[in-house]
Amino acid sequence: MLKKIRTAISIALFSLITFFFIDFAGLMPGDTAKLLTKMQLIPAMLSLSAAVLIALAALTLLLGRVYCSSICPMGVFQDVVAWLSKRVFPKKRYRFSKPKNILRITMLAAAGVIFLKFPLLLGFIDPYSAYGRVAANVFRPVYMAGNNALEAIFTTFGSYAFYKTNVFIASATAFTVALLTMAAIGYLAWRHGRAYCNTICPVGTILGFLSKFSVFKIRIDHSKCNGCRACEMKCKAACISGKRHTVDHSRCVGCFSCLDICHKNAISFSPALTRKSADASPAQRPVDEGKRRFLKAGVATAVAAPVAAAKDGAASLTGTRKYVRQHPISPPGSVSTENMLKRCTSCHLCISKCPSRALKPAFMEYGLAGMMQPVMYFEKGFCNFDCTICSEVCPTGAIKRLTKEEKHLNQGGRVVFTRDICVVQVEETSCGACSEHCPTQAVTMIPYKDGLTIPHLNVEICIGCGGCEFICPARPLRAIHVEGLAVQGKAKPFEEQEKEDKEINSFGF
Amino acid sequence: MDRKEFLRTIALTGAIITLKSKGGMELMAQAQGGKPVDMVAVMGGEPEEMFRQAIEELGGMARFIKAGWKVTVKPNIGWDKSPELAGNTNPKLIGEIVRQCFQAGAKEVTVFDHTCDDWIKCYKNSGIEAAAKAAGAKMAPAHEESYYREVRLPDGKKLKTSKIHEAILDCDAWINVPVLKHHGGANLSISMKNYMGVVWDRRIFHRVDLQQCIADICTLEKRPVLNIVDAYRTMKSNGPQGRSPADVVKTKSLFISQDIVAVDTAAAKFFGQIRDMPLESVGHLANGQTLGLGTMNLDKLNIKRIKLG
Repeated sequence: MLKKIRTAISIALFSLITFFFIDFAGLMPGDTAKLLTKMQLIPAMLSLSAAVLIALAALTLLLGRVYCSSICPMGVFQDVVAWLSKRVFPKKRYRFSKPKNILRITMLAAAGVIFLKFPLLLGFIDPYSAYGRVAANVFRPVYMAGNNALEAIFTTFGSYAFYKTNVFIASATAFTVALLTMAAIGYLAWRHGRAYCNTICPVGTILGFLSKFSVFKIRIDHSKCNGCRACEMKCKAACISGKRHTVDHSRCVGCFSCLDICHKNAISFSPALTRKSADASPAQRPVDEGKRRFLKAGVATAVAAPVAAAKDGAASLTGTRKYVRQHPISPPGSVSTENMLKRCTSCHLCISKCPSRALKPAFMEYGLAGMMQPVMYFEKGFCNFDCTICSEVCPTGAIKRLTKEEKHLNQGGRVVFTRDICVVQVEETSCGACSEHCPTQAVTMIPYKDGLTIPHLNVEICIGCGGCEFICPARPLRAIHVEGLAVQGKAKPFEEQEKEDKEINSFGF
Repeated sequence: MDRKEFLRTIALTGAIITLKSKGGMELMAQAQGGKPVDMVAVMGGEPEEMFRQAIEELGGMARFIKAGWKVTVKPNIGWDKSPELAGNTNPKLIGEIVRQCFQAGAKEVTVFDHTCDDWIKCYKNSGIEAAAKAAGAKMAPAHEESYYREVRLPDGKKLKTSKIHEAILDCDAWINVPVLKHHGGANLSISMKNYMGVVWDRRIFHRVDLQQCIADICTLEKRPVLNIVDAYRTMKSNGPQGRSPADVVKTKSLFISQDIVAVDTAAAKFFGQIRDMPLESVGHLANGQTLGLGTMNLDKLNIKRIKLG
């Protein structure tokens, strides 16, 4: 029964969070979904959400690592993979394995160091962010393609119930990283259940410390247990030793799979047995070198692959890019590049949610440390004046919450005009596309010659939305573009004209 | 095209034009009991009542929309702005037009625009999606290139081809419903400028010659059956997007005509009362007249002027 409830909760939370990432049409109300991302451990640590941290600690001290089984989307993803592997190989059995404590502590220590120094790397191993990237870069395009297939069918019958969407991969680097993450963790899950959670995952290790002391635990009643090992073979965390009747609670993820399988009613999820079970620290056994080597190789690949991909990208950067911006533009509300580097774990939720497709994963714009963090580009769209969605959904505090009014004055970049290549000067025709798209009129059209008008800038009131750059027809280089600011500033509010109510009483013709 | 085919096309076209205008003339004669009305200008009412009055003067919607037709209504929904900011066509007007199309027997009414801001936000925040759907119309998306098909513009001077939205190409009749507003590039945005929302690639307009391309796109073979200029609220400055309510004047007017150059000329003169706007600065008007799209000489026309309230 517990298992069924747990599974239902896991599936519900996992589906919601996944749909939140892939939902390009904005069908899902953001308010509830945001909670799901904000209650993830690493984001909560980065955004210093005391309430979430206390709640998660309390939950773990009460029930053990149920976080890993229900709240963590990467955890449930692995369960889905493991479940599939069981459908393919019904005879599959799990076996108790020794805890890899050295690896776990090393990874946690590394995570601690990079938590302070390089959040990029933290983003690589944080399960939420890693899953976010998989959902945003792999699942989302698949979902979009599915939508387009339906759209094609419906539109044939004259219904606009579905609309077409441009299926695209925002960044080859991010896609590669996401795919590799999915493949590596997926492989581990297929073969070894929750191996990732109990070796590499820093969240698993932290919660593992707490879950040793939790009130409710999986407990084996030695007097009833006949050592049949049915529970051990069910345990995807490989933390039950049937031979010794012990459970390693630091590794138990609270999946409850073991409960129903026991014919002797010897295993239970309960506050404490009358007799204390000596299950805390299993004795040392020789380490499985092969597994350890595999894991090391996995980590090495995860680190090396993006570097290789980076080199690829650099080649394309020099060749096909239309335009090289001097300073990257970070999302509105990100405060500064420094704040981004410190807090962003590249979960790509903001990128998924940006309705204008103005955000994409950075390559080397912020330097190596900021690879895959969101950066603004105005090739597919520009930042909507009234939109604050990226600041609303960011779970880590890398993008601070902005109200619409604050957003209107948040200067993330400043407009730059290159008159020599403006079509008004070059072709001597009227254009004004940039001014047309400027929400603050930081770009206005002033008299040029022969009744023509040419752009004129007032950078003080520019917010760096990129409307001008997006629409500028000049090619190959745009005549107007936005340069980012290392520290975002405050734009001057534009001067409001006096509202004069003109009475028009005649037609004038 | 061989000669026989050419002649046949000419003959057919001639026949259709004769039939169409004859029918129109009769109806107009009935309505007016004299010279046909070329344009109606209404002032002083709410959007719906001004339109009802104007269309009645023109002989009713049934003159333009036939039973069983698929009709497309093309407002300006370019910006993510609320109706008070006048960046888009008035939603109440669109609702009323859709209702009248259905009353005239239209089988289906589709509303769309190729927006500048995010289309979902524009459709929603302009109030047009709600108004159109309430009246029974469909909102068609227009944010992807695949909704557009390439069309030749043999009469265009600089713009020779353009990708046009399928809702225009596949309908039986379409109605052009711009909002009158100031425009940083073209100086004014009215009916002719509203055509830029039926094409996919607008940058080429700006790159080549904006005022000429606007006129060129209006040579598209399939002309709107009506141009309805919404001047209930007029954006007098910082157009086409506007920044604040200070850019907006509540002018409570509406102009309708089949002659796109004439109706835009009238609207431009009307705008000239709010703010100096010489017709020469709105270059696409003269360019349109040169292409034979209509006339800027309003004196030649029979204009019905109505003041409500």
